[in-house]
Amino acid sequence: MACSRLFRNFALTVKLPSVTTHKFDSGLLPTETVTTKEELMKYFNDMFTIRRIEITSDAYYKNAEIRGFCHLCDGQEGIYVGMEAGVTHDDCLITAYRDHGQAYMRGETPHAIFAEMFGKITGTSKGKGGSMHFYNKTTNFYGGNGIVGAQVPVGVGLAFALKYQKKPNISMIMYGDGAANQGQVAEAANIAALWKLPAIFICENNKYGMGTAIERASANTEFYTRGDTIPGIRIEAQNIFAVRETMKFAKKWGVEHGPLWLEFSTYRYRGHSMSDPGVSYRNKEEIDKVRATRDPIEYVKHLILDNKLASETELEEIQDKIKEEVNKAAADAKKDPVPDAKELMTDVFSHNRKYFIRNVELKDSALI
Amino acid sequence: MLTRLNQRFSSLLFSASPEVPTGLPATKRTMLAAINNALDTVLTKDQTACVFGEDVAFGGVFRCTDGLRAKHGESRVFNTPLCEQGIAGFAVGLASYGVTTIAEIQFADYIFPAFDQIVNEAAKLRYRTGGQFNCGSLTIRAPYGAVGHGGLYHSQSPEAYFAHTPGLKIVIPRGPVQAKGLLLSSIRDPNPVLFFEPKAMYRASSCDVPDDDYTIPLGKAEIVKHGREVTIIGFGLQLLSLDKAVTRVEKELGITCEIIDLRTIMPLDMETIEKSVKKTGRCVIAHEAPRFGGIGAEIAAKIQEECFLHLEAPIGRVCGWDTPFPLVFEKFYYPDENRAYEEIKRIVLY
Repeated sequence: MACSRLFRNFALTVKLPSVTTHKFDSGLLPTETVTTKEELMKYFNDMFTIRRIEITSDAYYKNAEIRGFCHLCDGQEGIYVGMEAGVTHDDCLITAYRDHGQAYMRGETPHAIFAEMFGKITGTSKGKGGSMHFYNKTTNFYGGNGIVGAQVPVGVGLAFALKYQKKPNISMIMYGDGAANQGQVAEAANIAALWKLPAIFICENNKYGMGTAIERASANTEFYTRGDTIPGIRIEAQNIFAVRETMKFAKKWGVEHGPLWLEFSTYRYRGHSMSDPGVSYRNKEEIDKVRATRDPIEYVKHLILDNKLASETELEEIQDKIKEEVNKAAADAKKDPVPDAKELMTDVFSHNRKYFIRNVELKDSALI
Repeated sequence: MLTRLNQRFSSLLFSASPEVPTGLPATKRTMLAAINNALDTVLTKDQTACVFGEDVAFGGVFRCTDGLRAKHGESRVFNTPLCEQGIAGFAVGLASYGVTTIAEIQFADYIFPAFDQIVNEAAKLRYRTGGQFNCGSLTIRAPYGAVGHGGLYHSQSPEAYFAHTPGLKIVIPRGPVQAKGLLLSSIRDPNPVLFFEPKAMYRASSCDVPDDDYTIPLGKAEIVKHGREVTIIGFGLQLLSLDKAVTRVEKELGITCEIIDLRTIMPLDMETIEKSVKKTGRCVIAHEAPRFGGIGAEIAAKIQEECFLHLEAPIGRVCGWDTPFPLVFEKFYYPDENRAYEEIKRIVLY
């Protein structure tokens, strides 16, 4: 990663890692980009916040205060922050269940994120969705989906709506290396290619579908080629600038030409979910190696320190502050009320019918 | 079955409904023409609306979408590739963005690859997002039911699988007038609706269908014939066999039967059903789908919960047998007017 400082405190030129392409001229992509201190500090801030949300969620889960299923994204933060740096909130985003990073970058506060996981009324889905089901209508974040691969044709529907309504926006459709083998992904790809929809398919390849390594699940592990006629690009997604510049390009391409089939090479430090320690199918050396050489936060941190944009102490102070804020958000969220019993029955249909709910004591029963 | 329909005009299938204003200018239409008219109305009035599915562009395999593409444009009426799961998922995405989405599944028998998208995505989107998102503007149409020769995969009635899923509405018209009014309501209802069209009815004779825009409310059953001694509950094409069976029973036993067309399977209009059964004390439920776990089972359970002390006999059911829908044995499988006659008589004489 060669960088050169052009002007003191002004701009930094960052060379982008090389890409691999499928039916696509890599010459169309930029090879370097420019960043500023403000940008670097923001990226550092955002990525570290996501990291702390995950670490804090892990602690609460192990204490049985978050229940159900919880899929953390430590190690993949560069993707979520990098994507938002390249697009706007008018571009639709849909992903699978590993959605904490996206939820934060699409406008949910740490408080609301924790509240949802704790099952509180102040959660993003009134506590009815949980960790896998974050959404935000105002920022076009369509979740948060539990069924593997189901979000992909839904994302193509969003792309169609955008084109139909002549919006200059894309639909970013995220899925994992495991979901890549779902038949409906191929169906969605065909529809998007046939009708030249502004659908940007993004496979987050973190090398494992739950506990199954990609070599044991996919006959073709070159996920960026599996869009068939759709041009494909594989990037090193641990480099936040690679993600940012690719998404900037994808937005333009999507609106002008149609779909793109992206593969983000990434890695998750933890297991698939909180039920998976994540070490039975890979060894600790592999995890440590990625942490040491490909961590997205460390990359940005080194850029900041190497270019003397901030001192070690300053960064530590920022990290401590974020840690404190996130901890406070979780503690505050914990005190929020749970949803009223009647919320069990709301949002099934557009109109909320009245149901007789029998309580333990008949006298406490209610028509809600 | 089709020839018999043409020979004997069944007043029940071609009757109007009380919600439809009388005296309006009308045209003779078959059910498929009524459906076509409803879709045309929506495409004209709602600029966000689009209609898609396999082969709908040229008019569809049953001609329900005939002429719509030429009139409203190829960006609004278009073919999808052959991929029901992809079609349904795509439709969910489109609807969640606010587009009035009318998707067609070519035969209800093909709806099963789309089952996950309908049951896990469409039905639950409003709930799991805490009300932030919904795909209420989604309507999925599919031809269902026996047609005389359809065999295993062109005859099924899948309503029970979906009735078991909270969050969906299921609507089934019995005739051309209901098809237009119920379809317009379904498309405009802010919840995802499955609209199953009895394919045997598509071309079977025609009746006056008002030209204007009119709706028939969802969630309301219709008493198509009033009577005192027994309540008969059915929907779709079954109203034909029930009409014939009832005529025979009434003559033979000197009784009168009350016939209810459910019109909406989900949500069920239990109020109308309860009132009727409390009056008659006896009930027979009919549907083409297999007996075990069919809609009849749920209705029977609900009736005995609410009307137990009013019942004079167990609740009878006339259903398809618990087998796959057979080809050569369709006549044995199908709950026709003879089986309905036997069951009604059994319950009345209990």
